[in-house]
Amino acid sequence: MTAKPHHHDLPVAARVRRLEERVITAGLASDGELDEALARFYARATPINGARLVARAWTDPRFRARLLADGSAAAAELGFGPQASSYQLRVVANSAQRHNVIVCTLCSCYPVALLGPSPSWYKSLPYRSRTVREPRAVLSEFGLIVPEEVDIAVWDSTAETRYLVLPVRPNGTDGLAEDELAALVTRDGLIGTARV
Amino acid sequence: MTLRPGTRVRTSSADPDHHTRLPRYLRGQVGEIVYAGREWPLPDDVARGVAAPRAEVVYTVRFAAAGLWGTGRHTVLADLWASYLEQADGQDDGEDGEDGEDGEDGEDGEDGEDGEDGEDDGDDGDDGEDAEDDGPQEER
Repeated sequence: MTAKPHHHDLPVAARVRRLEERVITAGLASDGELDEALARFYARATPINGARLVARAWTDPRFRARLLADGSAAAAELGFGPQASSYQLRVVANSAQRHNVIVCTLCSCYPVALLGPSPSWYKSLPYRSRTVREPRAVLSEFGLIVPEEVDIAVWDSTAETRYLVLPVRPNGTDGLAEDELAALVTRDGLIGTARV
Repeated sequence: MTLRPGTRVRTSSADPDHHTRLPRYLRGQVGEIVYAGREWPLPDDVARGVAAPRAEVVYTVRFAAAGLWGTGRHTVLADLWASYLEQADGQDDGEDGEDGEDGEDGEDGEDGEDGEDGEDDGDDGDDGEDAEDDGPQEER
């Protein structure tokens, strides 16, 4: 990765600040209330949430079925489902035949509530443009070699659905409890740029 | 009329001068509906400040890499508003099964296992038109 500009220097940061000022000027919220709302949101937004969904799916086949059928509703069972008005969650399962990877070519759509703030590479132009074109090469640069016989599905988050990958449960984890399994699940595994 | 999974669609090739969520690399491409989702306000209308933005079904559409790029065995799936799509002419409507259309864009037949991936199944069709919001949502 090249040296990245400090976040506060980015043009988007200035735009966000101008927007915040308009909101404050209009009397819709105070500066402190905005900070508090952000802090509250990010305090709950962590890849531990996504990992808990995965560990539950690995240990409970019926939950797995519900998670794949309606991610939003299944996530709500564990207390972090999205509001119906904000987005929908769809979980896509890796298997011996298929590997899934998530991208947003238009911007940087990402299930923040389940994965925490997105890594800078997820928002980078190379990741966004190359993943839809040559996913095998991109994944190999992450150290993930997907065998030729495994199909790759790239999910471009272009609308109001956010995606999460359900990784394959690692071998040799039969005796582990759900929270021990959750501890194995990484953020990158949930994006699809790593195995678990 | 909601398009059914399996339907072959062609994406718009228009180059609008306003915001849209049909990515440029997916313009004028043929893909297959794998999932018909719920309705969402059309971003093209929302971004232009249209007073009553159209609400349209958003479809998950699968494209073969070979068709998009001329090379590659993977598939790309994107969520596209109904306005971006028209039924591809001269194609079947998918009723003869998942593998009916291999020919022209070199799809490599990964259809079989979709059912278990939750792409095709049921409706999450809760209308969810309530406008309430508390705090920041997903990044975009």
